Formats: sequence, C-alpha cells, structure tokens
Amino acid sequence: MSKQVQQLDRVVIRFAGDSGDGMQLAGDQFTSETAVFGNDLSTLPNFPAEIRAPAGTLPGVSSYQLHFADHEITTPGDQPDVLVAMNPAALKANLPDLPPGRDIIVNTDEFSDRNLAKVGYAANPLDGEELSAWKVHRVPLTSMTIKALEHTGLGKKDAARSKNMFALGLLSWMYHRPTDGTLRFLSKKFAKLPQLAEANIAAFRAGWNYGETTESFAVSYEIKPATMPPGTYRNISGNLALAYGLVAASRRSGLPLFLGAYPITPASDILHELSKHKAFGVRTFQAEDEIAGIGAALGASFGGALAVTTTSGPGISLKSETIGLAVSLELPLVIVDVMRGGPSTGLPTKTEQTDLLQAMYGRNGEAPVPIVAAQSPGDCFDAALEAARIAVTYRTPVFLLSDGYLANGSEPWPIPAEADLPTLQPDFAVAGDEPFLPYERDAETLARPWAIPGTPGLEHRIGGLEKADRTGEISYDPGNHEVMIRLRQAKVERITRSLPPLHIDDPSGSARVLVLGWGSTHGVIDAACNRVRRRGVPVAQVHLRHLNPLPADLGDILRRYDRVILPELNLGQLALLVRARYLVNVEGVNQVRGMPFRAADLEESVWELLQGVPA
Amino acid sequence: MSIDVAVPRTDVPQKAKDFKTDQEVRWCPGCGDYVILAAVQGFLPELGLRRENIVFVSGIGCSSRFPYYMNTYGMHSIHGRAPAIATGLAASRPDLSVWVVTGDGDALSIGGNHLIHALRRNVNLKILLFNNRIYGLTKGQYSPTSELGKITKSTPMGSLDFPFNPVSVALGAEATFVARTIDSDRKHLTSVLRAAAEHEGTALVEIYQNCNIFNDGAFDLVKDAATRDQWLVPLEHGKPILLGADGGACVVWHDGELRVVPTTTVDAEQIVVHDATRTNPTLSFALSRLTAQDSRFTPVGVFRSVARPTYDRLMTDQIAQAELAGGGNLDHLLHGSSTWTVPASRSE
Repeated sequence: MSKQVQQLDRVVIRFAGDSGDGMQLAGDQFTSETAVFGNDLSTLPNFPAEIRAPAGTLPGVSSYQLHFADHEITTPGDQPDVLVAMNPAALKANLPDLPPGRDIIVNTDEFSDRNLAKVGYAANPLDGEELSAWKVHRVPLTSMTIKALEHTGLGKKDAARSKNMFALGLLSWMYHRPTDGTLRFLSKKFAKLPQLAEANIAAFRAGWNYGETTESFAVSYEIKPATMPPGTYRNISGNLALAYGLVAASRRSGLPLFLGAYPITPASDILHELSKHKAFGVRTFQAEDEIAGIGAALGASFGGALAVTTTSGPGISLKSETIGLAVSLELPLVIVDVMRGGPSTGLPTKTEQTDLLQAMYGRNGEAPVPIVAAQSPGDCFDAALEAARIAVTYRTPVFLLSDGYLANGSEPWPIPAEADLPTLQPDFAVAGDEPFLPYERDAETLARPWAIPGTPGLEHRIGGLEKADRTGEISYDPGNHEVMIRLRQAKVERITRSLPPLHIDDPSGSARVLVLGWGSTHGVIDAACNRVRRRGVPVAQVHLRHLNPLPADLGDILRRYDRVILPELNLGQLALLVRARYLVNVEGVNQVRGMPFRAADLEESVWELLQGVPA
Repeated sequence: MSIDVAVPRTDVPQKAKDFKTDQEVRWCPGCGDYVILAAVQGFLPELGLRRENIVFVSGIGCSSRFPYYMNTYGMHSIHGRAPAIATGLAASRPDLSVWVVTGDGDALSIGGNHLIHALRRNVNLKILLFNNRIYGLTKGQYSPTSELGKITKSTPMGSLDFPFNPVSVALGAEATFVARTIDSDRKHLTSVLRAAAEHEGTALVEIYQNCNIFNDGAFDLVKDAATRDQWLVPLEHGKPILLGADGGACVVWHDGELRVVPTTTVDAEQIVVHDATRTNPTLSFALSRLTAQDSRFTPVGVFRSVARPTYDRLMTDQIAQAELAGGGNLDHLLHGSSTWTVPASRSE
C-alpha cells in the first residue's frame, strides 16, 4: 500500500497523558529526533507539581508540546495540530486548545466507564458526535502494545508501560523522523535491564509499523530541515545551558566553581547537572536550607571561588539577608532565580516573570544588585557567562533570572567553541608597598580589591556593619554612610559603560510603536510583532538582557516612539521601573496564567492596543 | 588556583601581638570576652600556622565582634549563619584554618539549623560557642540556654522555655569533637582550644562566658573556690572521673545512667573512666546529662574526640578522583552525545 506524503512547513504536536504515562520522555525523544533531522524547534513541557497525582484525573495530566518547522521559529506554538491523548483526562484537559479540523490520536483502551467517570464524562465522547469537528484516530494503544510485547515475557501491566514508545513510534512514522537516535537511547537507558530495552524498542517499532500498515493513517508528513546558519548544533534546555554557562565561566576565568543550593522546582536540575562535573573542579554543596546554600556560596566567594546559588522565588525570599550581606561585602556571587508562579508556593512547575521587583528591591536598606535575564533556553548559556562577568568584574552579587519555561523548554543551539568564549580576569589583590585598603576602588569599575585568604600581607576583616570608605573599618559616621550608599549605587550604574548598544528590530525602519520586553518572552514577542507587521502596522522590538542597570541608551530609544507596549508575565513590574525611570508612558500587556504568552493572543492584545487611542 | 589539603605552616616565630589588630575592642569593661580573646591570641602562635591562612567567621552578637580584633582574615556575617558561610569557605579551601565565633543565641536559636548540620557533616571548622545564657547585644532578653523561670526583660514572670544544653545538642548531632571550658580558667581554656585545633573535623567548644551586665555571676557556682569542688566535674581522657581537689565524689553508672556519688561509697573499679575516643557517643552524652541528677553538675573538658573523614577532604577526594579519570573537556561537554551539522551549502 503506498501512502500519500504531504509537505508541511510547520507542525505543533502535543503529547498528553497521565503523569505516569511517560509523556515527557516521549516528547523529549521526539524532540531529539526532530533536532537531529534539522528542523528548527521549540518545546513546552507542562506537568503537575505532584509526582504522581491520582491516576486518570484532570490534575494528573502531563503534556509536552513541540513546535517544529522548516524555517526559523521562536515559540512552542499556540495550538496543537496533533493531539495525542492517552486517556480521557488528557483529552478533556487539552481539547479546548485544539482548533477544529485538527488531528486527535486517542488511546481507546483507556476509555473505560471508570476512567470516563473520573473526569466527568457522562458518555464516551468517542461514541457520539462530540468530536465530530476533529479528525479522530482511534487507536487501541495499550492493547496493541501488550500484543506487540507478548514475546518478551513481560506481564500485561509491565508491557502496557511501553505504550508511550508505541505512540512515539507512530508519530515518528507520521512525520518521517529518523529513528536511530531513539533506538540508541533506549538501548543505553535500559542497558542494565535488557528485557525492558527490548520491550521499549519493540513497542516503538510496533507503533511505526502500525502507522505504515493501518488504514486509519492515510497520510504522512514531511517537514524539510530548516535553513539555519552553518555550524554544529544540539538540542538544549535552559537549565542545562545555564549549568554549562557556569562551567564555561569557571573555565574562562580560572576560578573554581562552587554551587551552594537547596533543591527547589524548577531549579534543581542545575544542581543535578553541576554535581556531575567534578572533573571540571566543580564543587556542589546541597545545603540544609536556602539560607545555608547562599551562605556557603558567599563563604566560597570570600575564598576566591566563582560562587553560585540556584533557586526559585521562595528561595530568594529566604536568601534576601545574605544577598544584602554580599552587597555590603562587595564579593562576586551569581544568584540564579528560575522563576515560577507565586506568591508563596504558588505554581511550582509553571512559569512567570514575577520576581523582577523582588530581585530589584527585595532587601533591607539601599542594596542595589545587577540583574541579567535569559531570553531563550540556549541563551541561558550566554546569560550565565554575562552574569559571571559582571559579578567578577564589579565584585557584586548578580541576579540571573530564568524561568520555568526556559528551564524545561528546549531549542536547537549552535554549539560554541571554548576558544571563542570570552575570558574573565579575576585580578586577585596582592600585597604592595602601601598599607592594604580593602575598600579602595578601581577608577573605571568602582570595584574593590578581591583579596582572598592565603594572600600574605592582606589580612583584613569585612562584615555587614557599615564600613569606612577605603579602609573598610567599622564606621557609624553619617557622612561616610551616605558616601558608601552612593558609591555602591554608582558602582552598579557603572556597568552600563560595559554594555553594547541595544538592538532595535524594526524591519521597515518606520515604526512609531515600540514593543519592549525582557526574559523568556523574547520568542513570542518576536512572533507577535511579525504578525502585526504582516497586518500592515510596522512595529519595532527591543528586548532587554540587563534589567539593572538599564542600558544607557534605553531612555533615548523609548522617547523616539509614539507608543511603548510592554508584554510581561506579571502585572507590570518592568513597566513600573521604566515609567519611574524615564517618565515614559508604557502600556502593559500582562498575563499570569503560569503559561507563556501565546503568539496569537499577544498579537491580538497588541493589535487592540494599536486600534485604540494611546492611553 | 591549586588547592593544598593542609594548612601551610610558618617557621617564623609568632607572638600573641601578631594576632592583635589596631581596632579598639568595644566589649563592656569586665566582659568575659576579653579573657577569651587574650587566650586565643596567646595560643595561636603555638600552632605555627601562616597567619594569612587563618580565617575567623562570626555571626551577630557580642561575641561575633571577635574577628575585628584578630589580625587574620575575618568576616562578621549575619545572625546565625556563620557555620554555613564557614562551611562554604572550608569546603572550597582545605588549605585554610577556619574558626567560627558564635554565642548561645547566634548558634542555638537563629542559627540552630546550621550548627547541627555543620556538626554532622564534620566540616573542618573550629566553633567557639560563647555561652553567657543571655542576649547581651539586644540588652537582656533570655536566650535558648537561659534557665527555666529566668526573669528577663522579655520574661517578666519567668521564662517558659526549656533550655538547650549545647554539649548535648552537639553530641546528638554526632559532632566528632565536643568540649566545654570556662572563660576564667585560662589554662583549661587554652588546653581545650589546643585540642580543638588539633582535631580534624568540626570541633565545638562551649565556653562559659560571664556577661557582667545582663547575667552577672551565671557561672559562679563552678568558678568560686567555695562551691567549685562540689559541682565542677573535670573530664580527662583515660582517667577516673572525680570531683573536688580531694576526689571526694566520683561518677558511676547507676540504674542505667551516670550519677555523682561520694567516692567512699563505691569500689574504685566502679568509678567511670572517661573515654573521649569511643565511636559510640553514649558515654559522652550521659556525661552531658549529669544535670539530670542536679542541674548544677558541670562537666568540663573534652567530652568527645573521634576520627571521621572531614567533609572538605571527602569533597576534595571526589574531585581528585574525577580529575584523575580524565580532566574536564569543555568542548566535549558542550557537544553532548547528539549533534547535527548544518553545512555551509544548506544555509542562507
């Protein structure tokens, strides 16, 4: 039977199932296949905070969305073209996102009366007209997997667990994915359990063969590799890129990396990753709490390490006092905040940009801390290098803001060569002829000397009490306090001298409206701006890597436009800062759903603002 | 930066004054802290360590001003966090001799969590816990070691808090070195500090320290010649535990616990011989609980001194092992196991 092959330029697939169904694994593997094939891609894993929420329920649904294309794409896609629904809960939870006419691949085996009742289906939606607006492919995924694995000797229950690989095989056939990588991955993953390796590979092949032979799938699709700049690529998630960026910063500065951290979602993977890299001299310390995590890092910084602490918003709350001490001690420290939904425990596995003001102001006293934000999963690597550069050069704690979407999302990443990465000079102090002054400042950067224990002649004491200018001795003098407050602020402002000019993306050169953004919204703002431009309104786009200090040219740029629109996944935190700083009106587009913006929604919001009178 | 695992030594003779700074000492006149400072400055030269490789880290409180007066590297940090900060420093720099100076409020109240975790990890830290059983710097509230019923500014009808015994807490956390000494006995204080300095791993030294402003005389029972013999229980490794100049009382096992009894009432072989080196901390803990018989019994000396690999050494060993198996290659790391190449011809 020869089947029709259709060419597409882009597809959005969503795997959805129960938390225990292995949807993240299937999604990850499909992503790897797609990356190796050469499509551009962007992913959005979305899972509950519970490790195993009650099986078959709506809160237990875990999904993985992947957008891939033959051209450059910047978002994980708004709406799936294909939904793989492993049970009734996955169907019910995801159907609202699926436009009519799209494909649903549904595991009919799980549509038992009991499972239907769990999610409030009075009748089986597969039987009636309820799904008539979509192309439904009814596949008995579980029973076919069990049948395919009969020869392996596995019990039915164990065999059924490979149904995610059956689904992966089927989707891999539908989209002509290369399979070598998956077969290798499964052999390696289950190297010690050959029976399971065999079972998963058999399920994967059965899924592929099913697609090829059954009549329910008449069409398969080809999405040609994307046109990308030449180079060697890999797929990378934000947390992995961030960890690699820190290792790279350690190598390029010659400073040993020390991580003090306490496990917290969605930042823990950075701790896991760095703990593997002892061969790079990386020391990881899983502390008794968030406070000890940053405390140990600060102690290591005093000793001359490239010190890092990683956490999410609730952890930052606990670390605030130590961040204040780091401001006072003027020691290098990278504070990674992988932002998640708040307040309090909030939405641990979801994404938000709601910690900006906490990073900016969440301390007692005047305690300025530079802030750097990553804008895509791969960009977490560069952002980590930049945070380390500022920390080491200016002897200061630095916030590196990532978020749940960047942390777990992934994209193709052009792999840099170590030799091409910037170097960093720690310039430790050494004894000279003059008496040592621990708070004497470099004329250009206003940074103080980094004098580490073990250096003869530089014995000195530092602490959280206000210190005298230059000598660092305890001082309660009012005039000195004002000098020191202003010096610490001026030092942070000095960073602007080292920043490149902002990049303004305005293809027409005639835009009167500027869309400003920061952090993980870069891709979706990019997509939304392109859509607005296609509708005939030129808009310019500027995306900020540095939130504190704001770049020196930002004020002039803002004033060049009639209107400034600022989409943020919060209630207007950067907008507050920009308005206060530049007295420029900023119109916010704000969303706090724990999910990234969808390009179409953002396009509509911007469009509606443009149709109205300027606020 | 290469990392040595031993603290470098100096051949240049050192004197106490080498460890003094030009900073004016700002404790209240008559404070027990002065004596401890003089004892530390007096005994450090004995160690023969390079001064630049010694670091004092403190938290907040009267005792935590200590680093400012030591001509070494030092950090006066934040309330309760000194053990955490010192842990990061010691774990990343095994070539340093790291000392923590803390008080009963700093170490056992706001910083209790960090203290027990530093002790269980056995990081190479020497923790000097100045216990004056009161909050001094905040002017006289009860502390976690104040006795039940104590009248203070914040407890006008008497404290309701059952106190910690710092030695029991440390032994409960299986600290490898635990000792108690008294500010007024310079000789004993110095001998305990020496033993702590020689210990590899976390050493906790509780120092009874008189606050003559807010809790004067808190330790008079074990300081005054008239009462000392009755309540002070000197511990010496390998020796029978006897009280008083004439050894009139001794420590024996009785009904599953240790008790102080008149020496004449027992046979000599019944007297407990102190053994600080037992891996099982039960005997040391029982000694710390002599207070159950009468809260005034005060054992002093080294309760426990056992060998266990230090956290920083184990961490350094893991890194050495990983480096031996092949140093890190960043280009390999960044490539990972699955890459693809876009040739120039396929690009724009």
